[in-house]
Amino acid sequence: MSVFKDAGHLFRFAGLFVLAFLIFLVVRHYVVPKSFGQYGHYRGAAIGEIAARPVKFAGHESCEGCHTDEAAKKNAGKHAHVNCEACHGALAQHADDPSIKPVLPDTAVLCARCHTASAAKPKSFPQVDPVEHAQGLPCETCHQPHSPGMDAPKSNTGGAK
Amino acid sequence: MNLSRRQLLILLPAAAVAWESVLAGTPESAPNYKMTDHWWGMLIDIPKCIGCGNCVRACQTENDVPDSLFRTWVERYHVSDENMTEPEVISPDGGKEGFPVAQADDKKYFFVPKMCNHCAHSPCTQVCPVGATFVSPDGVVLVDQKYCLGCAYCVQACPYGCRYIHPTKKVADKCTLCYHRITQGLTTACCEACPTGARQLADLKNPNDPIHAFLKTHSVQVLKPQMATGAKAFYNGLDGSVR
Repeated sequence: MSVFKDAGHLFRFAGLFVLAFLIFLVVRHYVVPKSFGQYGHYRGAAIGEIAARPVKFAGHESCEGCHTDEAAKKNAGKHAHVNCEACHGALAQHADDPSIKPVLPDTAVLCARCHTASAAKPKSFPQVDPVEHAQGLPCETCHQPHSPGMDAPKSNTGGAK
Repeated sequence: MNLSRRQLLILLPAAAVAWESVLAGTPESAPNYKMTDHWWGMLIDIPKCIGCGNCVRACQTENDVPDSLFRTWVERYHVSDENMTEPEVISPDGGKEGFPVAQADDKKYFFVPKMCNHCAHSPCTQVCPVGATFVSPDGVVLVDQKYCLGCAYCVQACPYGCRYIHPTKKVADKCTLCYHRITQGLTTACCEACPTGARQLADLKNPNDPIHAFLKTHSVQVLKPQMATGAKAFYNGLDGSVR
């Protein structure tokens, strides 16, 4: 064994390297999350955490489960493709607990937001100049938001249509 | 039990892999959702957009997006036929409260909703130094906010400007394609709130998804195709002036 004569210092260094490597493995075991690398170079559990965030918009199917009459009226009219929460706002809380009553949307803001005439909107989209068109009357005098065709009772407009 | 050395050597790594996945556990919610069955994207139908800002407000509500930062926003283009390369683009507060009334002139107007394109080969995930942002197995670009350092490399890398640093959490934030909704069978908040159907969630792995019929019958483009990011926000009627 003359080759390893006077080589003690090399073995001590080798021992230190092995020890450092073992410490690295132990630290790595505790520091790197278990799911890291499950699907790729990231923490797999993050996907589940993001999927577990709370929902705020219930989705129109939830609404239609209870409000069948309103849904039927809407789906027969020109607003059939407009989902409930597009106008009524996020209502998952109400869907979970119907005792939480939603605030009725303000039609003066709501109707104008989509239907105010602008050259930037697609030509086929129904649009009016709210001032000239309604002459100060609220939209629902003539139009019911769930079925906005001209079928409001005549009493609302004093007989005029 | 009689194991040859050969069988043992084959079995050991397999057992190690199995044990790793046992330790990793399963995602917390949506037990019936199988990631490998989906490949999510979005269809944006420009001729249908009226610039009402419903999507922007819905996204902010659903995802607690801070004011004046956007996961989705709407731009209004005003383009002359002589100078297509210099469109006039406005997006007041991301289009959240709609747009000023436009008077007709000799130029054309249109709205372009923007959002994360959920790129299959996204530059933003490639630059992350810590593996905090990634493309999930179902094709959604997500941020692991527990892991993110907030270095903002990804914010710079996104060619579409779809990321921001959250002002209080100090980590990268972006559109998750409402991952908490789509894994439950709901559509995204922006699609739910869009009154004209200008935005439609698309599952490219689902053969019954109407996206396939749409893509076959329309001229559809993605933003900045020259970047080769594998963008999955498909725009119908996209004008050449859109950047």
